[in-house]
Amino acid sequence: MKAHHYRNVFVLMLLISSVLLVNGCGDKESKRGRGTGTSEQASAALATYVAPGDLDEYYLFYSGGHSGSIFVAGVPSMRHICTIPVFTPYPGTGYGFDEESKKMLGGFKWGDAHHPALSETDGEYDGRWLFINDNANGRVARVDLRDFKTKQILKIPNLSGNHGATFVTENTEYVTSATRMSVPFPSGTYADVTEYAEKYKGILVGIKVDPKDGTMSVGWEIVVPPFDYDLGDAGKGPSKDWMFWTCYNSEREFIEGGKLEVTASQKDKDFIVMVNWKEAEKAAASGKAKTVSGVKVLDPADFPGLAYYIPLAKSPHGVDVTPDGRWIIGAGKLSPTTTVFDFEKIQKAIESKDFTETIDGIPVINYASVREAEIPVGLGPLHTQFDGKGYAYTSLFIESAVAKWKLPPYEEGADMNQVIVEKIPVAYNIGHLCTAEGDSKSPDGNYLIALNKLSKGRHLSVGPSIPESAQLIDISGDNMKLLYDAFTEPEPHYAQMIKADKIKTIEVYKRDDPLSPKNPDAVWSKEETKIVRNGNKVEVWMIVVRSFIAPDVIRVNKGDHVTIHITNIEQTRDELHGFAINDYNINIVVDPGETKTTSFVADKAGVYAYYCTNFCSALHQEMQGYLLVK
Amino acid sequence: MREKLRRFRASLDFPLVTRSRLTALLAAFVIIPGLFLPLWKLEFTSQQYPEGLELYIYSNKLYGGDDGNDLTEINVLNHYIGMAELREEDFTEFKWIPLVVSIMVVLTLRAAAIGTLKTLLDILVSTVYLGGFSLWRFWYMLHSYGHNLDPRAAVKVDPFTPPLFGSKMVGQFSVTSYPASGMYFFILFGILVLLAMYFTYKTAERMMPAKPA
Repeated sequence: MKAHHYRNVFVLMLLISSVLLVNGCGDKESKRGRGTGTSEQASAALATYVAPGDLDEYYLFYSGGHSGSIFVAGVPSMRHICTIPVFTPYPGTGYGFDEESKKMLGGFKWGDAHHPALSETDGEYDGRWLFINDNANGRVARVDLRDFKTKQILKIPNLSGNHGATFVTENTEYVTSATRMSVPFPSGTYADVTEYAEKYKGILVGIKVDPKDGTMSVGWEIVVPPFDYDLGDAGKGPSKDWMFWTCYNSEREFIEGGKLEVTASQKDKDFIVMVNWKEAEKAAASGKAKTVSGVKVLDPADFPGLAYYIPLAKSPHGVDVTPDGRWIIGAGKLSPTTTVFDFEKIQKAIESKDFTETIDGIPVINYASVREAEIPVGLGPLHTQFDGKGYAYTSLFIESAVAKWKLPPYEEGADMNQVIVEKIPVAYNIGHLCTAEGDSKSPDGNYLIALNKLSKGRHLSVGPSIPESAQLIDISGDNMKLLYDAFTEPEPHYAQMIKADKIKTIEVYKRDDPLSPKNPDAVWSKEETKIVRNGNKVEVWMIVVRSFIAPDVIRVNKGDHVTIHITNIEQTRDELHGFAINDYNINIVVDPGETKTTSFVADKAGVYAYYCTNFCSALHQEMQGYLLVK
Repeated sequence: MREKLRRFRASLDFPLVTRSRLTALLAAFVIIPGLFLPLWKLEFTSQQYPEGLELYIYSNKLYGGDDGNDLTEINVLNHYIGMAELREEDFTEFKWIPLVVSIMVVLTLRAAAIGTLKTLLDILVSTVYLGGFSLWRFWYMLHSYGHNLDPRAAVKVDPFTPPLFGSKMVGQFSVTSYPASGMYFFILFGILVLLAMYFTYKTAERMMPAKPA
């Protein structure tokens, strides 16, 4: 009996090991190519398949992080369609090579593009503009979605480490910005880190947006204690007059050699800071506002009702307002919970001055009075998005999963563990997530993108510089379903997903389009082209068209300052032309109907060919000319 | 047959009956939209132009689809084979066709007021002649554009004539040519004139003695 039993165990182990062996050997093989899919894989494939010639349902704009760009993809195919250069030169579109974009970049070679935000009208995406912050250099940029081009980069004085950006108010009145890495105020001031608590300051910024053309300007800056202001969101509906940011390091210290990861994680709770932007607008217009570095600066002590702190589980990351604007959800990165606050209770607490203390003129609201629930979502909750069907989705960085949970109202004494509906594992270590129209008043509730920090082993190996992963998850049914793995350049931090038909693009700069500003240096025919010398300045008005460049010879003397205005006189879509001068580091790309200007000093004598870089026609190779430098 | 011809000839000086006058009046108005609508349409499609390039011929102008850009595009493409640029000023008919058509309107109105069957016959004959001549001019222009190619052109092609009616492959393009909306008003004009003649002829015939004495 006993021997028989042992024999059975032996056979079983043999079986298991052989299965392991087979799996081990087959592993690499079966991952490559299509293999034989299960029906689940087949339905996922169908759900993401967009047939050749067909169009995707949504635009996905992911931030490129320290690539400084925005990546555009289609959903559900997840196909990368184009890259919009923002803070970084991009030879592919000639961005950062012509005078206008060079000026816009302001001498920076990069930016850290973090959080894209679509413009809104009545809390719905309107498809007009896309804003994005530069976490490194205190800037915010605006992309016009009419032509997918960066139109403005605003440098914000006094701002250091612009992470709490960009989030837009309900009618795009304001775009947020906030200091993540506090520095002495105003910027440019010297103070040793030993004086961190007193001399170092953060600022919260309201960037005013012109409702007609989107032009941004600094509306106001609020000087706040030197915490690290992290992520934000703007209110909606009942909370529409407010902006929210999380902050960590409420310990208010930077100890040399003390490791911020340790010193900023000591207190049990950090904060959400909330600002009434209507009050801020009034305050900025009042006599009490100071002007520092050319912008209106507000001290919260001077303006009661301007800003409040709400305690939140320690070292929080995201703060997100639900589509109905009532619930404010804070995710405590180092606490396995998200905390739901009731905006109605917050208003009551403010009315009855239910405060526990005041920090630098900012009252701290009594946590117990405004907290609706603490949801035990899992380890490392970072950011929350919504489906418009009463559920929230929170990214869990440490657990590497997305938790789906039910939003309030809850029954009295309900078990918060029961609020969690489902979790889906992701590959791997998710940061932000993005749902279709997820920041609007009416999310679509069909797609969710998990923006993961690690992707090891999920793609063909490309060596140690491993790309980022974005996973498409179907959230339309009762259960979340993983549909697709996509990979991107470094490094998406956040994304926006908008219904494709909301974006109305132009594909040609029509010569008589009233919305395209006339370039005074545009010329529209070969007859109008000219070369004008003025002292040692040579100015050229040039056209490019299939398949020639006019003029095709430019004669200058060594040391001349050369300016060339290049107009692509095509009015046909997709007829782009390039203009490059060999050995002169000149790379211009002009879209149909566009005029760009390049300026340089002809400091190398000799003969340099110039040519069209952007393949245009059967005789593209013949599209060339000569710069003669005597 | 000879009898019919005699009757027709005899009816030519017959003043128009009311129904004919009204029909002629209608005809005079029907022709007016033809002055403002395209008379002919050429469509060029190929693999890389799935939406096609469109060229409309009006009584007084050439017009490209896509807000006029298709004409520019056709010219850009044609320069490779050395075809002359299609330019409005090279088509003298754009100057005289509107004038001639306007004269037709005035004559038709005159016929409606004081005309006889003969006046209408003159209008009908002129219309057919004008139509025929215009078609020939159109074919001649197509032919000469396709046959007077610059010998120094980058791409050498055999001389060709784009189609007047129907489809034809020209290089990578399938070119389709057919009358456009305005032309149907001209055809309708002709039908109405014919109808007006018919009404009067019927009356004239009834009132005519069966056989000359």
